[in-house]
This record gives sequence, structure tokens and C-alpha cells, in this order.
Amino acid sequence: MSSPPLLSVRDLRVGFATEEGVVQAVDGISFDLRPGEVLAIVGESGSGKSVTAQSIIGLTRANNARIEGSVRLDGEDLLSASDTDMRRLRGERVAMVFQDPMTSFNPVYRIGDQVVEAIRAHRSEVSKAEGKRRVVELFEAVGIPNAEGRVDDYPHEFSGGMRQRAMIAMALALEPEVLIADEPTTALDVTIQAQILDLLEQLNRERNLATILITHDLGVVAEVADRVLVMYAGKVVEEGTLDEIFYDPQHPYTWGLLGSLTRIDRPRPHRLPQIAGSPPSLLDLPEGCPFRPRCPHEFSKCPQYPGLEARLPDAPDHRDRCWLTPEEKKAKRLVEGQIGLESPREARQA
Amino acid sequence: MTRFIVRRFLAMVAVLFAVSVIVFVVFMVLPKQNPAQSLAGKNATPILVKNIEKEWGFDDPLPQQYLTMMKKVFTGELIQYEPRIPVDDQVKEGIPATFSLSIGAALIWLFFGLLLGYLSAIRAGGWLDRILTGVSIAGISIPVFLLGPVLIYLFANQLEILPNGRYVPFGEDPWEWFRHLILPWVTLAVLSIGFYSRVLRSNMLDVMNEDYVRTARAKGLSERQVMTRHVLRNSLIPVVTLFGLDFGATIAGTAILTEAIFDLEGVGNYAAEAVLKFELPPIMGVALYGAFFVVFLNALVDIAYAYLDPRVRLGESASE
Repeated sequence: MSSPPLLSVRDLRVGFATEEGVVQAVDGISFDLRPGEVLAIVGESGSGKSVTAQSIIGLTRANNARIEGSVRLDGEDLLSASDTDMRRLRGERVAMVFQDPMTSFNPVYRIGDQVVEAIRAHRSEVSKAEGKRRVVELFEAVGIPNAEGRVDDYPHEFSGGMRQRAMIAMALALEPEVLIADEPTTALDVTIQAQILDLLEQLNRERNLATILITHDLGVVAEVADRVLVMYAGKVVEEGTLDEIFYDPQHPYTWGLLGSLTRIDRPRPHRLPQIAGSPPSLLDLPEGCPFRPRCPHEFSKCPQYPGLEARLPDAPDHRDRCWLTPEEKKAKRLVEGQIGLESPREARQA
Repeated sequence: MTRFIVRRFLAMVAVLFAVSVIVFVVFMVLPKQNPAQSLAGKNATPILVKNIEKEWGFDDPLPQQYLTMMKKVFTGELIQYEPRIPVDDQVKEGIPATFSLSIGAALIWLFFGLLLGYLSAIRAGGWLDRILTGVSIAGISIPVFLLGPVLIYLFANQLEILPNGRYVPFGEDPWEWFRHLILPWVTLAVLSIGFYSRVLRSNMLDVMNEDYVRTARAKGLSERQVMTRHVLRNSLIPVVTLFGLDFGATIAGTAILTEAIFDLEGVGNYAAEAVLKFELPPIMGVALYGAFFVVFLNALVDIAYAYLDPRVRLGESASE
């Protein structure tokens, strides 16, 4: 992991002016991504993970958006790039796969034609017939059976899983360096989810793709990610390698996410654990740690805003935003012998 | 697709049959008055009424009466009795004026309606959008019977650059045909321009939020390609439905007011006069004529719809 990062995001801040005030959807995110690496960004709805991803390729540019910080691809700054440069880069160098394959294709055009359109947007010299041959190859590469016969189908003639494969084929059409997958499996059946994840992992390995995987599902993360970024209310609350996050999580929010996973290797709890309450409004954040109102372990230091720091002596890249000492964390994160977040009632009794 | 078209046209024939039955029931069966008396007109002689009774077979059973009526409609024997003028001649005579007016106005409203709607949508919230919104609302709000006379007053009476009415057949003098129709076209089109631009604008703003538009941007299409190929293309689908209905309605009746204001001897004018004098044969004839165009254009719309939106082509994959 000593190669220079391909994609480097520093202190990215994205705010949207609304009638009620500025919504700071992303508040100071930094990360590096190297070729062949899978970075997972995890968090609840509204935590800013999708906005982060879309801001990288300039899809959040709008009159009411304020985007600050820096995003560098191979050293080239993307936030200050012109709209035309960003257009050339989208699909060509950074491609994106979206959550819902049902609605992400235009229903009135043939799927093959929509992929050809993506190719010809960047390579106008490619003829339509040539483009179509290329699409058949791509469809075969992503495992669409009878690719030759399916390219002329309309989106509604594809199943959800096949559509997501076609979506991935479209993203790969121009051999991008970075692939951003925004909840690529959320709208799919569990069996199909596994297939799509396998496909993403295989492509990541074969093509040395740098991948950003956005999800709310730690089960998905466990399958493919190298590094994990846990986001809450527009900020990173914990980051580390996959093992660090799963076996030595430092932030109570991460404990909550891990605790709410259903696992087949453990006895089933009578109730699925959940994190009490809901994420705060970005217009009305609590003072200090944004997770404070939902955290059963809140104490006197929490009204101060914690920095994202490495708090373990032997893991300099494992950072989190929680004031508890590592020893306290080790004790408090165990609920009935497993990692989890106590419900507020249990915490009060204790 | 062929199957779809055939099915659609069979359905159209069924609807026309139903319409003709309704016309028959409404005009011949329901009224208490002797239908022969109504057909003959207000000042008919008893002999004429007797003759019509025999000619139409009002003593026959109802299905037979219906067949007699339909035979008359199809063979051009539907006749206005006082004075004796075949109805289909009158309708045919009015068709060039009505079609010139309706088709011309439709092209104008479609072109400008879509243009203004598109510009409004891609500049939504900006000053251009606000100006166009004002213009559209004004266009929707001005009634034809006000706009027509105002245009005549301005362009015909004051500026004297355009004629104030009357229809000149295209075959006689194309340039005069065109000049005489400018004001009627504008009068008839203004309301729809406003309406269509509003409809297209709101459709486009809806479509812009669709996931596939984000996909189109993410794959690197230019903003213009995104707008025309994805946003505009999908926003036009509902507009096509609207246009089919509106255009059918215009040919079948909405054009009446404009025809009257500009003294165009069209079908609408003919129908209006027949209604005022309560001449039953022309009313029946025009009702069937109107029904035919509305139903026919609806069938065309459905076919266009299936072409524009592949999801509509029901049963196609099952049959091929």
C-alpha cells in the first residue's frame, strides 16, 4: 500500500442552501484510494455518503451547492475543473453504479443502445454497430446469459439482477480507473446481492479498479471492503481497515451498526437490536458529538466536539471520534458477550 | 407492433359503432316527437313528413331503422330537407377551411408550445422562465372571443396588413390562403401554446429528477444531450396524448368560435348554424363526423404512444 493514491479527497465539505438554512451534507471528509483497493463508506440514510460520492464526479454541482476542500484524481483537482472537463471524466475515468437498477435505465431506450450511448459520448469515432459488438462482450464479461440476444431488449424486459449487471457493464464500458458503487445491492434479493458482490470483487481484482462502495449494510462491507469509513451526520466517525472496524470498533455508532447485523453463526436474539432514535437534522445538530443524543455512553466530555484521531497506540490508521478511553470502549461495547450498543434503558439500569 | 395496430383499429371500429348507436338512440328513439317531423324541419308540409316517415322506415323494428339510418349516412343520402341539400356535401365543403385552420393552428401551437416549455424548463427559476410563465398564463387566460376581435382590430382595421376574415381556397391562391389564415391560426393557437408550454415544463421538471437522468449525466453525456435525448424525449410522451385529444376536439368542434369570428365557412360554422335552426340531419351528420375524428385521432395517439414508450406494446412479445 505504498503506491501513491489514485484518488485523494481532503477535507471535502458539501453544503446546500435551502430555505431553512444551509444543510451541511458532507462536513470535512478525507480519504485516499489506491488502484485495486475497495473503500467502503458506511452510514445511515442522510449521513452524507451518497453526496460524497456524487460530489467526486461533480453531480452535485448546482447553484445552491457549496463545495469546498479538494478532490484529486492522479494529482488533478476535480473540484475546480470546468464542467466540460468533468463531463469528459465521468464514465471515462470515474464511473458510477447506482442503487436502483429498475429506475436507473431510461425505460424508452434499448439497454444495449444506452450502453452504446455511454461509449459514444466519449469515443464518437466508434460506430453504432461496433459499439454494439463491444456491448455484447461487456455483457458476457458481467455474466449476462445470451448477451447477443439481450442487447436489444428494453429495461423492463430485464430482471433486477440482470439490470444491475448491465449497469455494471455500462460503468466498465470505457475501462475507468475508479468505480463508485452507490448501494449497488440494496434493491436486490439476497441471493442476487451475493452474485453482484462477487462480480464487483472479481472485476476489482481483474482490472485493478479502485472502488468506492457505498452502503448501509455492514454485511456487504464484510464481503469485499479493504478499508471502511463510517459516516454519521456528514462526518467520518471512525475509519480503519476491515479487520479493525469489525474486530476492534472504537465508536459507539459502529458498535450499534455491528450489533444490528443478523448473524447466522450466533443464536438469534429475541429482538433485532437497533440504534434508538433517529439521525439528527443537519439543520439542527447537537453541540459536540453529533451521536450524543442517541448514545447510551454519553458523559461529561461529549458536549465538546471530538477530533478524528488515532487513539490506539499500535494502529495509527485507525481513527475515531469518541472521547471514551480504549479501555472503557473495550468494556462498554460488549452486550451479552458480543459487540453492540446497549439500549438506553439497559444503560440507565447499569 | 403490426398486431397492436390492427387491434387498435378494430377497437376504433367498435367505438364508432357504439357512437353511431348512441346518435341513433338520442335522435331517433328517445325524443317523444315523431322523428320524421324533426328531420323535416320546423316549417315542413305534412306530405314531406309522410314521405320521410316512409323513406326512413319509422314503422320498422328499431334495428332495421338503425340500418336504414347508417345506409343513408354511408351513401350520402343524409339530407337536409328544407331546402334540400345533402349533408355530406356541406360537410365536405367545410372540410378544407376547418382542416386548414385546425392543422395550421396545431402546428403553430405544438411548435411554440414545446419550444417555450423546453426553454422554461431548462432555465427553471431564472428570469427567462419567469417571463415565459407570465406569457403562458396570459395566453391561457385570454378567451378566443376576445383575442380574435382584438387581433382583427389591430392587424386588419388599424394596421391594415392582414385581411379580417373569410376563407380563400388554397387551390385558388396559396398566398392569399396563407394571409387569410394567419389571424385565425394565431387566435386558435394562443391558448394551447400557453397550455402546452406549461405541461411540457412541468413534465420536464419531473423527469429531471428521475434516476436515469442522473445515470445519463454520470456516463458523461453533455447537458444538451441529457436534456434532449433523455429529459425531453420522455416528457413528450404525455404531451402526445394531450395533443391527440386536443387536435381531435379542435377539428370536431373547438374551432367553431374561431370559424365564426373570422367568417370561415368551415364545418364548425355549418354545425353552429344547424344547431341554431335546429336542423336535425346536419346535427347528426356533424356529430358522426366529429366522433370519427376524435376516435380516429385517439387510435393514432395510442399507436404513437406505443412507438414512443415500449412498455405500452402489450402482448407484443407474446405474439412474436
